[in-house]
Amino acid sequence: MSPPYQTMDALEILELYFIENRARLLDIASFLDRIDRYEGAEAARRDYRYTAFQSAVDLLKSGAAGRTAAIQTIFSDPTTEPLESAVGLKAFGAWKGEA
Amino acid sequence: MKAIDPHIHMVSRTTDDYLQLTIAGIHTIAEPAFWAGFDRTSAAGFRDYFHILTVTEPARAARFGVKHYCWIGMNAKEAENLTMSEDVLALMPEFLDAPTALGIGEIGLNKNSRNEIKTLELQLDLAVRRNELILIHTPHLEDKLKGTRIIMEMILSEPRIDPGRVMIDHAEEHTIREIKDSGFWFGLTLYPHSKGSPERAIDVVELYGAERLCINSSADWSVSDPLSILKCANEMRRRGHSEQAIGNVFYDNPKTFLSQCPKFQVG
Ligand SMILES: [Zn+2]
Repeated sequence: MSPPYQTMDALEILELYFIENRARLLDIASFLDRIDRYEGAEAARRDYRYTAFQSAVDLLKSGAAGRTAAIQTIFSDPTTEPLESAVGLKAFGAWKGEA
Repeated sequence: MKAIDPHIHMVSRTTDDYLQLTIAGIHTIAEPAFWAGFDRTSAAGFRDYFHILTVTEPARAARFGVKHYCWIGMNAKEAENLTMSEDVLALMPEFLDAPTALGIGEIGLNKNSRNEIKTLELQLDLAVRRNELILIHTPHLEDKLKGTRIIMEMILSEPRIDPGRVMIDHAEEHTIREIKDSGFWFGLTLYPHSKGSPERAIDVVELYGAERLCINSSADWSVSDPLSILKCANEMRRRGHSEQAIGNVFYDNPKTFLSQCPKFQVG
């Protein structure tokens, strides 16, 4: 049985959010096209952020449940040891790998 | 509707934002001490900042009928400077005694470094000694999962801290389950571009339930929106949730968590 708040069905959810998510998809496509079009595209495509992004896109297509949490995990630092120092460091949105 | 924003940085907002908050139904807010967008060079800078949080902002808010509370703490981003952190910690008790200071926060980790951990340890100890509520800032982006786990382990290994008196903020889909299962409160931040959207926040309500959840704007000096909690409430409304369920998330929950500090009274 659906929870009481679910006054809509999945098709209505699709309708409600379709246009805005279609636009987001086009933003992602044009972001990837833009990288390809600029000088140094090959190096950019080897960057750890680009490869993490590609893994996330693959996950989107997988049809598995819990895609949001799984994509968050793809971008996360999986290590457990504290860093010796945080001086000059910032977050980039994807884990670069062991220094 | 009436709502409480349990995490908003009014020092970075204009007075006009107080008017917007009050006419929109947000009459009670709490402001954690944080990184102000630049690194302060001495503890004296924090003394002035804590004065703003405990004196200037409550007065500015009161002109618009907004009740302003605050949290006092040494933020993780500046905690890499251990000497300054210790100086700031020495200042904190005086400001924690203020009638509108609800506890120690936002404290936590930024890049998960040893000095950040040391500073957090000292502040957890201060919280135990004073029996203060705790507001935890978790790291951003790729550092969040690791940092959230380190923080939870530190708190759970201190038996004198009740996780029901700790809010772990800026939780996201990959950290919520562990936070909730450990008995902590958890916060979701609605921050355009880099953090959660209203749609994802309400997905969390539907997937994990509203128990021990607070939703906040964390509006500050960067791209942010002081009315975002009301836009999120509206997302919950259009999904078909009852007004009672919406009030529970955006009013009752922050009231319940913050009321664990006897100084807290809703406006
Ligand atoms: Zn904050």
